[in-house]
Amino acid sequence: MNILTGNDLKTGDVIWWTGLDWSRFVKDAADVGSQGEAVLHREEAARRVNAPYIIAAEQTDNGPRPGHIKDRVRALGPTVRPDLTLKPADPDAGEWVI
Amino acid sequence: MYQYDQYDQKMVDTRVEEFRDQVKRRLAGDLTEDQFKPLRLMNGLYLQLHAYMLRVAVPYGTMSGKQMRMLGHIARKYDRDYGHFTTRQNIQYNWIKLEDAPDILADLASVEMHAIQTSGNCIRNISSDQFAGATADEIADPRPWAELLRQWSSFHPEFSYLPRKFKFAVIASDTDRAAMRLHDIGIQLVLNEAGELGAKFFVGGGMGRTPMIAPEIRNFVPADELISYAEACLRVYNRYGRRDNKYKARIKILVHELGKDEYTRQVEEEFAHMNQLGLNPPVEELARITQYFQDPPFDKQASDDLNLSDPDFALWVDQNIAKHKQPGYAIATISLKPRGGIPGDASSAQIDLMADLAEQYSFDELRVTHSQNIVLPHVRKSDLYALWQTLDEAGLAPANLDLITDSIACPGLDYCSLANARSIPLAQKISERFADLGRQRELGELKLKISGCINACGHHHAGHIGILGVDRKGTENYQLLLGGSGAEDASLAKITGPGFTEDGVIDAIETVTDLYLEQREDGERFIDTYRRVGMARFKEAIYG
Repeated sequence: MNILTGNDLKTGDVIWWTGLDWSRFVKDAADVGSQGEAVLHREEAARRVNAPYIIAAEQTDNGPRPGHIKDRVRALGPTVRPDLTLKPADPDAGEWVI
Repeated sequence: MYQYDQYDQKMVDTRVEEFRDQVKRRLAGDLTEDQFKPLRLMNGLYLQLHAYMLRVAVPYGTMSGKQMRMLGHIARKYDRDYGHFTTRQNIQYNWIKLEDAPDILADLASVEMHAIQTSGNCIRNISSDQFAGATADEIADPRPWAELLRQWSSFHPEFSYLPRKFKFAVIASDTDRAAMRLHDIGIQLVLNEAGELGAKFFVGGGMGRTPMIAPEIRNFVPADELISYAEACLRVYNRYGRRDNKYKARIKILVHELGKDEYTRQVEEEFAHMNQLGLNPPVEELARITQYFQDPPFDKQASDDLNLSDPDFALWVDQNIAKHKQPGYAIATISLKPRGGIPGDASSAQIDLMADLAEQYSFDELRVTHSQNIVLPHVRKSDLYALWQTLDEAGLAPANLDLITDSIACPGLDYCSLANARSIPLAQKISERFADLGRQRELGELKLKISGCINACGHHHAGHIGILGVDRKGTENYQLLLGGSGAEDASLAKITGPGFTEDGVIDAIETVTDLYLEQREDGERFIDTYRRVGMARFKEAIYG
């Protein structure tokens, strides 16, 4: 699957395209198929996202898992600061990232 | 310490308001990201892996308690309660909101600080010796010259769009604590045979994907012509440095490709031309700057006696205290490398505490080191025990300066959008593996430096042991390097061979340190043994 990510313009938060809006949680990310470029340009022009790009991901039982470790780290937060990750209570978070 | 005059303050205040307007226009949609990006970068604001990152300049690593406290305030109010001290003697905040950035810059300006020229293809923060003005082994305080360079290079119109970023280091001692020869221009203040002050120039050093040690191009530039000589070096670079390929755009490539002799010839020609124009800064300005760097009012009667009956304190003194030029005083390094910690990170409470301690014990001065530690440069020996007790309670008293757990690590893939692999977890695991202080001290001075990509912010080329994180088909992989040094015996580390997993590289480091202990001769540091024994013996031990 292809998913769309970027940063919130005001806060810089990592965000994921849900198909309707942007979410801070990668589990909400929607498969954009071949429509990624069109969504990307529209949303960036509307300043709802900054520096967006399309990545490959795989669908898992826990939701989309970005294909590259860099985007997996983006999805959860720094692996060295579990207090700053989005899913600190998730016992599988560590495994998921690596 | 230097204090802004009306021009400095006005320049910084004006820039804050200019950037406030630019942010407003960006948020309103009047500027696109393509238009805005170079503007925010000129103010040290990057877009990193998780959020905006702000890099704040700490000129030549020197700060007052008030300035340090402001860094804590920013961490607490605008970030997530911590900051990261970097290998460029700066501080970075990882969780900045764009809409807050102008207010942060205004807060910084209120204590004579800014984030200008901490990014972009311009002259970056001038770095220097963290022991400047305190150590007995320097011929002069390098900081007035670093400050003069700061003023000369700030908003210098000719050098605002160089082929690539440009880094200076200024030292005044034969002991190089600033990795001087790994800068674009390294300046060492020296005395000539007549006892006059001048500067040796080393040009074309750097790390990154093409590491080079800067060759000496001039063994003596009269002190009052130092700026003009620097300007001549930059002019030749600005004219011929490559702009077609960012990977070949640093001055080290130009010096290498032209050859040191031809580059020097052109610099000398330009210098002769410039000297005719009378462009050297007025002597009065240097005198004005220098007056801010006078010695603090040391107590000439301060005692050299030190009670070392507390064994933990004695260890800290032995490891983290350096000799001061003034009898009765000492230079104290606060290690930001606790067991299992993140190198260079400090909480707002720790930052505040260090500010308090600087005011209480060190004539209101702190220094940031390129090894991501903090120095209190002027502490009475009779105050050291009280200082240590307070640091210890706050987790700021690891007695590991220059030992294997005092590692440098870049933010790596945990924070940096350029990184290929994580650096910090590796530093943490090494810190745990070698946690026993007795073992660390048995290994002695061992500079371990970790970078998460080829850009080498973690100085892996200059590590006695260096680690470079790479991406191997989407998986983190670590190359091991041996034999580097950023000190006066500068050398570039070499890759041992095929890379390792995270745990594998730590095992390899243990193999390497075991071999060192087995092979070393009396008085040899790790780097000495490596240089004597050679890479082959170490490779054999690692790979069989």
